[in-house]
Amino acid sequence: MTAKKRLQMQESSLQQSVVKLDTQARQAVSSGHEDLARAALERKNVAQTELQSLDGQVAELEQQQQKLTDSEQKLRAKIEAFRTKKEVIKAQYSAAEAQVRISEAATGVGEQMADVGLAMQRAVDKTENMRARADAVQELEAAGTFDDLTALGPGEDDIDKQLKELSSKPAVDDELAKMKSEIGPGDAATAGQISPPSQAPPEGQQT
Amino acid sequence: MIVRISGEDQYRLADEDAAKLNQLEDGVVAVVESGRADGFGDAYGALLEFVRTRGTPVAEDEIETSDVILPPSDLTFVEAGSEFTGEGLIPD
Repeated sequence: MTAKKRLQMQESSLQQSVVKLDTQARQAVSSGHEDLARAALERKNVAQTELQSLDGQVAELEQQQQKLTDSEQKLRAKIEAFRTKKEVIKAQYSAAEAQVRISEAATGVGEQMADVGLAMQRAVDKTENMRARADAVQELEAAGTFDDLTALGPGEDDIDKQLKELSSKPAVDDELAKMKSEIGPGDAATAGQISPPSQAPPEGQQT
Repeated sequence: MIVRISGEDQYRLADEDAAKLNQLEDGVVAVVESGRADGFGDAYGALLEFVRTRGTPVAEDEIETSDVILPPSDLTFVEAGSEFTGEGLIPD
């Protein structure tokens, strides 16, 4: 899979997570579960930050693609110019003199070629870095970071702790306050839509 | 003199601009040697911008070897550490 396609797929999955976590936070607020709402918003915050960084990376990749296309074009033009120049030199100078002049021109083309090679190498290195980052995000996803909060088991406490440290708290506080003013304080006693992590859903019953 | 910005173009600079170029490069070297990572982007950016604005791009069908090859514009401070020391890329 190309690096760009991979980043784009990750973007769309993170976008879904953002929507889902936002919905969950709203549900939690309206049912008066502030802790749960806060946890959802913290996760949403992390997902959004990742999303922004992915946006930047996709843009950078596109820019790089364009640059490589441009330098390929330039190299073609130089090689074409070299061919023409060689014929002109051969027609104008003695064999020995022509040899010297042609190899001078070849050095110039070689410089251009080396530059394209360098640009390619940098592009490869950058893509590798992006891949490593994308892998890290995928690990976060695999660890359930952006999953359904209500489906989290008791073992996920450490993720929550890490997320709290990762996400910027004032932003979460602000958003929570905003949500509360929009929705109004809920009543935890009558809430039924969302509940704190309890038991795992009844799975694997079909034996 | 002919200056190449790696990953971009080759530019032809007038002789009188060479001194200014050297001066700008000394600025980059000073930033790198003092370890001021935050000042590097501006210093190196100014050097490249000088070449782009004062220089004339070498035509595509013209074959010239460069007198100086400057690293690409996305050069990081860490990478710069191995390029911009002492006299720098442009001999004093």
